[in-house]
Amino acid sequence: MEPVIIAFVVLSLMAAIFAVIIYFVDKQFHVEEDPRIDLIAEKLPGANCGGCGYAGCRNFAEAIVKNNSLDGLFCAPGGNKVMSEIAELMNLTAEEKKPQVAVIRCQGSFENCPPKHDYNGIKNCGFANFLFAGKGGCAYGCLGLGDCVEACKFDALYMDPITGLPVVIEDNCTACGNCVKACPRNIIELRNKGPKNRRIYVACMNKEKGIYAKANCLVACIGCNACAKECKFDAIKIENFLAYIDYKKCTLCRKCVAVCPTNCILEVNFLPKKQENANIANDSSKNIVNN
Amino acid sequence: MDKKFIISGSPHIYAKDNVQRIMLDVVIALIPATLGAFYFFGLGAVRVFFVSVVTCLIFEYLIQKFLLKQKPTINDLSAIVTGMLLAFNVPSNLPTWVVIIGSLIAIGIGKMVFGGLGQNLFNPALVARVFLLISFPVYMTSWPKPIASAGQLSDVVTGPTPLGILKESGSISAASQTGELPSYVDMMLGNMGGSMGEVSAILLLIGAIYLLYRKVITLHIPLSYILTVIIFTGIFWLIDPTKYADPLFHLLTGGLILGAFFMATDMVTSPTSYRGQIIFGIGCGVLTALIRLFGAYPEGVSFSILIMNAFVPLIDRISYKHFGEVKA
Amino acid sequence: MLKTFPKGGVHPDDCKLTAKSPIFVATLPDKVYIMLNQSAGAPAVPIVKKGDKVKTGQLIAKGEAFISSNVHSPVTGTIDKIDPILDATGYKHQAIIINVEGEDTWEEGIDITNNLIKEIKATPQEIIEKIKNAGIVGLGGAAFPTHVKLTIPQGKVAEYLLINGAECEPYLTCDHRLMLEKPEEILVGTSIIMKALGVHRAFIGIENNKLDAIELLTKLAKDYNGIEVVTLKKKYPQGAEKQLIKAITGREVPSGKLPIEVGCVVQNVGTAKAIYDAVQKNMPLIERVVTVTGPNVSKPSNFLSRIGIPLKHLIELAGGLPEDTAKLISGGPMMGKTLSNTDIPLTKAMGGILLFPYNLSKRLDPYPCIRCGRCVHACPMGLEPFYLEKLVIKERWEDAEKHWIIDCMECGSCQYICPAKRPLLDYIRLGKNKVSAIIRSRKN
Repeated sequence: MEPVIIAFVVLSLMAAIFAVIIYFVDKQFHVEEDPRIDLIAEKLPGANCGGCGYAGCRNFAEAIVKNNSLDGLFCAPGGNKVMSEIAELMNLTAEEKKPQVAVIRCQGSFENCPPKHDYNGIKNCGFANFLFAGKGGCAYGCLGLGDCVEACKFDALYMDPITGLPVVIEDNCTACGNCVKACPRNIIELRNKGPKNRRIYVACMNKEKGIYAKANCLVACIGCNACAKECKFDAIKIENFLAYIDYKKCTLCRKCVAVCPTNCILEVNFLPKKQENANIANDSSKNIVNN
Repeated sequence: MDKKFIISGSPHIYAKDNVQRIMLDVVIALIPATLGAFYFFGLGAVRVFFVSVVTCLIFEYLIQKFLLKQKPTINDLSAIVTGMLLAFNVPSNLPTWVVIIGSLIAIGIGKMVFGGLGQNLFNPALVARVFLLISFPVYMTSWPKPIASAGQLSDVVTGPTPLGILKESGSISAASQTGELPSYVDMMLGNMGGSMGEVSAILLLIGAIYLLYRKVITLHIPLSYILTVIIFTGIFWLIDPTKYADPLFHLLTGGLILGAFFMATDMVTSPTSYRGQIIFGIGCGVLTALIRLFGAYPEGVSFSILIMNAFVPLIDRISYKHFGEVKA
Repeated sequence: MLKTFPKGGVHPDDCKLTAKSPIFVATLPDKVYIMLNQSAGAPAVPIVKKGDKVKTGQLIAKGEAFISSNVHSPVTGTIDKIDPILDATGYKHQAIIINVEGEDTWEEGIDITNNLIKEIKATPQEIIEKIKNAGIVGLGGAAFPTHVKLTIPQGKVAEYLLINGAECEPYLTCDHRLMLEKPEEILVGTSIIMKALGVHRAFIGIENNKLDAIELLTKLAKDYNGIEVVTLKKKYPQGAEKQLIKAITGREVPSGKLPIEVGCVVQNVGTAKAIYDAVQKNMPLIERVVTVTGPNVSKPSNFLSRIGIPLKHLIELAGGLPEDTAKLISGGPMMGKTLSNTDIPLTKAMGGILLFPYNLSKRLDPYPCIRCGRCVHACPMGLEPFYLEKLVIKERWEDAEKHWIIDCMECGSCQYICPAKRPLLDYIRLGKNKVSAIIRSRKN
């Protein structure tokens, strides 16, 4: 029994001494931190996605407290709700940002842009971009190897095996911007979600002359100017044989979609028009989803 | 013109070797020593050998298919190599259930837990051996006498290993007086007590020469390891020849040749640069000699290799000199 | 003891199927496509337009930027158009398309006779001027403008000239045949470069699988001052310039620096001959020797082909595209680029066209890395490819930079020797790209 008692006493004494030492060390080396940082960090989503431009949610909280203002600081996954809560905490005003979502500006599926080569190499868009123009031959189109899917931390992207293009799951997308950075061809863009989740955009990035673009891909933008002429709200600009719709000016009238000869302008989440527009029903990757 | 060409990055040609071929070379190199073990230790050796190899393969298949949910890769023959090396490290009268536990530890903890082939830090066969040694010390230290035990499967005649005698007696002079030490020729051929694979120096060396010829291993690790042990033990033998055994004794007994040529040179757990390999070999040699001369265990090869395995990532970081390195 | 570089290297099979085939002058097709970016650096700017008539050897595009080179017309004909076409990089770039019209009408001043002119009348400045006007670029594959390489920067001194006749890539024999058939021109070209640089010693490095070339050049070099032929051990990549310098002179070019740091300038034998043509005969660079070969090619040959000829024309001359061709490679099998189709035109940088059948082209499934270390022992730059691959997969760009990933010259020895068939060079290239981008953004 004796050795057990001695061991027990010795170890308890050691534990007590160490506890006291730790207590004093903690007091000595304590870092004074603004308690607001903790409060703000609690309100943030905690995904550490980097969409705000800072390394993690805690760094974002520190930046807010340090600058003591919310100018230029916005947490996309948290959205307006979280920013207004933080603003209340800090006695500041938060600017209301319209909710955004990522869109894939390419329709070069295996059907529209038939593969002209086989690719044997690592599954990485950054590398393939360096090696060649892409399986379909379009130097601006999607390579289909999934760098964007890898970069997404909110499970909002997946690669459709039938088309070879990435698909955005709108409910999960927080517009953090990681996929935009990951794509070596800048195909993904963050656009306003729009009223009733509807939006219209040009699903092509091809800047070649029309004949070359169309030779490669059935639904390429050929820069024919038909959409820009049709738009009464001055929302469409044609540059380098490519049309671009400004989402701030677009009123979702859908006139440009109707006149586009190659069907490269997509309308998302609209109800189908009553008249039978044969071209729209064509391509399986066109998203006209009833919401 | 509508032909679809393959686009890929250079280079576009491969050398002939592949992973299976390397593993197969190791298996072939171990065959002479395996046959020697069957001769010296008979049916017990055959039993331990086949149980070890087969259970290693089974465990790898089961763990990969059901626990890790990956495609099983037993066709790369690495499980067979682990099984053979594990069998070589245990006495031939080890009960079958202990061998099975050893296989499970070798494959499960020595290899799969780290991530499978190429990711483990420690040599799997040695991890299993040390585990068995510490968990079942009695089973692992009863050494069947060679040839005398060959005919039976149970109740074999046992006796101590030469290193065991040395440690027990305390000095080489006392050990020789017991009359139990085998002659040098016996040690060379394999007529001494010990684990199944470590007894026959000459058969192991034949296998090692095959591996060197096939360029699976290079001389850096074995040579630096063995030379260090010889020099270290040689110094002490010169100081007091009555207490310490001579270097040749240390070279031919215990698992030194097996360890230096087959266990320390395991590609996954040894450094990749030649400089690093020499550092690794010297470290193993120093530790082996220390444990043998001054430690409590008679044999130090397994422990020293495992300890040096832990240092390999560090050795790898400090031992490269690249082309055009500017001396700052 | 044959000279060689001490660190790294692999020994792929030679496969020099065309070593005994004499150079065959290729016929001209109907149209030629002259890419405007024939060299490293900025593309040349066209000085002709649609409808212009051009003579053979006439300047059609000027190299304006510092690192750029002139482009001359290789045929007599009319400019059809100036349009983007697909080239060896896999992307479309601007090219001048010329309709070929009949026999060559040469531009004035060009000497098309075959007699050897040994006396070098031009001064060093005139030599470099002539090289620049003739649009000479490195014919070893990198296509760096030669006049820029021969302009020694302030504060550096050139001591040795090294002529690269190693041709370490399997299958390629264009340099070998050139050395056998035009040895005197190469030697005069070497003397011209020596005069331009102001050096007195030149070495021609040749691997010892070309014993006939070594013998011939050694015999003829006796008549030239300061030129010595060095036999090198056959090892890949002996032809890489840093390895060549190390093997012949024993000097190591410091990491991140150019060969001039150790007083050496390296030029390919083909470039030496082109310099002879430019300085002694006023002939611009409009043609080169290219090897068209492959295991199943019916008539593998070395062609003397004008720049701009579509590859399918050359492949037809070599017996046509074999049935089971799956890969079309520009260059050698270790460092060459795969091409998308056979319409791509010949450029100054293409030394070989390989047609690989399917069984040689398909990549094998990779195994996990078994840390065998063969890649480390094979790397001529002393890097650790298996570790760099791991760092790139984990996206640890700063660590990759610390392990000198930028020093990698993409020779392919690591991926060649790897028993697990891992795509080491793919990952290292990706890493180099990302790290270079990070370094560039740091400077800004």
